[in-house]
Amino acid sequence: MSKVQVLVGTKKGAFILTSDTKRAKWDVSEPFFGGWEIYHIKGSPVDPNRIYVSQTSGWFGQIIQRSDDGGKTWFQPGFKPGDATTTPDGMPVGESNKFAYDTSDAEGKPLTTHQFYDGTQKPWEFKRVWHLEPSLTDPDTVYAGVEDAALFKTTDGGKSWKELSGLRGHSTGAQWSPGAGGMGLHTIILDPKNKNRIYIAISAAGVFRTDDSGKTWSPINKGLSSQYIPDPNAEVGHCVHRIAMHPSRPDVLYMQKHWDVMRTNNAGELWHEVSDNLPSDFGFVIDVHAHEPETIYVIPIKSDSEHFPPDGKLRVYRSRTGGNNWEALTNGLPQKDCYVNILREAMSVDRLDPCGIYFGTTGGQVYASADGGDSWNAIVQNLPPVYSVEVQIVK
Amino acid sequence: MIRVVLPYHLRNLAQINSEVHLDISGDITINAILTALEARYPMLAGTIRDHTTQQRRPFVRYYVCGEDLSLEPPDAQLPPQIISGEEPFVILGAIAGG
Repeated sequence: MSKVQVLVGTKKGAFILTSDTKRAKWDVSEPFFGGWEIYHIKGSPVDPNRIYVSQTSGWFGQIIQRSDDGGKTWFQPGFKPGDATTTPDGMPVGESNKFAYDTSDAEGKPLTTHQFYDGTQKPWEFKRVWHLEPSLTDPDTVYAGVEDAALFKTTDGGKSWKELSGLRGHSTGAQWSPGAGGMGLHTIILDPKNKNRIYIAISAAGVFRTDDSGKTWSPINKGLSSQYIPDPNAEVGHCVHRIAMHPSRPDVLYMQKHWDVMRTNNAGELWHEVSDNLPSDFGFVIDVHAHEPETIYVIPIKSDSEHFPPDGKLRVYRSRTGGNNWEALTNGLPQKDCYVNILREAMSVDRLDPCGIYFGTTGGQVYASADGGDSWNAIVQNLPPVYSVEVQIVK
Repeated sequence: MIRVVLPYHLRNLAQINSEVHLDISGDITINAILTALEARYPMLAGTIRDHTTQQRRPFVRYYVCGEDLSLEPPDAQLPPQIISGEEPFVILGAIAGG
């Protein structure tokens, strides 16, 4: 019988929430990797039992964890118990957490510096993996978005990683600068109809697209307007918070920007605003209904200075017209005294019918709707602050 | 025999629950101990010192015979008590954060 797994990354560990397809009663796992920050946990669409985790720590750096049995057991790729721990000549084989920027003469130039907060140029320095995007066709292939912004790829199930350095080597690279949370590559969208096309987003550089599997990239930020940069319509510098796509229409993208909810109909060539009647068009998450490509969801946050819902009311907003004409969804959500935030990675939709919507808060709640957003329930109330939410159906 | 004490999270990663004993030939230095430790437990590579620069991670400290040697040259010879195994080489996470 199929079951629903909600994979939750938090400030102090990962959790797996499990239900049958009615999605009414949930089991909450013990914490995995307790005490570590879990920036992202996501399963392979080819094999949902194959799950990848970005586990990080201010003390001990980056770890990649993997499960091949749906979260029952975990290991660092390349380090299964009993495996050889060194190469024949005695060198450590610990590479699953090695994200080394490409500095080769062939591909690595001019990958030297980016702009820092104070306007000076600063060398790229790896800090952590923000996002893991498993391939749509191969469970051993995964893309990793990291801070400082760069894109890495593994083709051996996470044992080793190689930078797709064409992105960081784009001619605008030296102009990229960090957002308040750091200069992270946080969104990776693989085009299901064009295997050579990938979209990525960086805070605070903007959106980029490759049409040749990552060799070369183009900024696709035309139509974005950001008052917090010297030229509001600049080619790069926009603080894009999240992008979402419906797999049936990969040329249509939706964006929650630092301010403004945006849409493109032509694969990012031109964006237009669809914020309309939202109480605030600041926010972090955005997602698309599984079966209705014109139905999208956002959660407005009061402002960039006050990261909580307007008026203390936690409201998901739904547009059934691909943007604009927003309606507030409040049934089951707190409508007073609510001052949590919902971070960019913390919303997901399942593929069941009716479509399920899920989001997690910095207050440790994970809310679920099994009816497309009409009503909501808290699956769990008191987790550590939620960083990421993904959902998958396991046969 | 060199004794190494690891912090809780690194013991978990290495799947051990006690101190580590290492046999090392040549000079006994911080770098020699870390290299031997990472060879025994490759899952610890990158968690104590950076993969690329080999620099100590900022919130990791090295205590030796009641002294903090974190800022000492990592290729300096360690005291006889470490070499004899009388005292452990202690790796710990600094008290910081929430």
